[in-house]
Amino acid sequence: MERIPILKMGKLLLVTIQVDMHDRLAMVLQDDLTNRIVSDRARGVLIDISALDIVDSFIGRMISNTAAMARVLDAATVVVGMQPAVAITLVELGLALTGVRTALNVEKGMALLSENLGEGHG
Amino acid sequence: MVSLQGDADIVILKTGEDVVRLRQLLRLQVVAIKLSLVDQTKYVTAASELARNVLDYGGGGEARVQRLSDGMRQGIRIEFIDQGPGIADLELALKDGYTSGGGMGLGLGGARRLSDEFEIDTRPGEGTRITITKWKSF
Repeated sequence: MERIPILKMGKLLLVTIQVDMHDRLAMVLQDDLTNRIVSDRARGVLIDISALDIVDSFIGRMISNTAAMARVLDAATVVVGMQPAVAITLVELGLALTGVRTALNVEKGMALLSENLGEGHG
Repeated sequence: MVSLQGDADIVILKTGEDVVRLRQLLRLQVVAIKLSLVDQTKYVTAASELARNVLDYGGGGEARVQRLSDGMRQGIRIEFIDQGPGIADLELALKDGYTSGGGMGLGLGGARRLSDEFEIDTRPGEGTRITITKWKSF
């Protein structure tokens, strides 16, 4: 089955979404991430959406739910790299991604998560 | 006077993969009429919301993508057609936050905001046809 790869880096999990996700793929990613947080004892999740040229309410909800599940499992989530046109559209759509932390790029997102851990990301 | 430019592209909407196919087909069309990147994103997102509605509430259906011209502008019209149960209370369905399914209730109202024109024709028990249009001045 088609899957989006999840990379482990210290206590962080990294995901780069590089395909236009259909619904099932998005749900599989949500499940995989939640399982990996537990199995890898991850404390942070970084989701890079810089390659996504649209985020509709389904994908938006998947991102919000993933962040909420991660929080319950004591891991922080940061979404990075949102394209400006996507941000404008999301707000107009009425989707504010409440409760999801965002950063401009991967570097800033990693810094944010490392700060959260109170140490380096090792 | 609005004239049709060529034949409509028809995308059958049965699964989540079909929504992705519609988004990809539409992306080529919005680039072809030179919509700005923000307008491209808005319109493709609107179409994605309505296509998902066809799947979730209409039990599947189809989208017809038609290029238009009115002499001063080029446009793209998309009709979303299903033979589902129809929408009983239209005013309620267009309100943000209202959902009869598992969604966030942003689909209809959101798609209306993201398009230039929005029309809805729904009959309880017969189905729903939603038409959206986006224009670009020459």
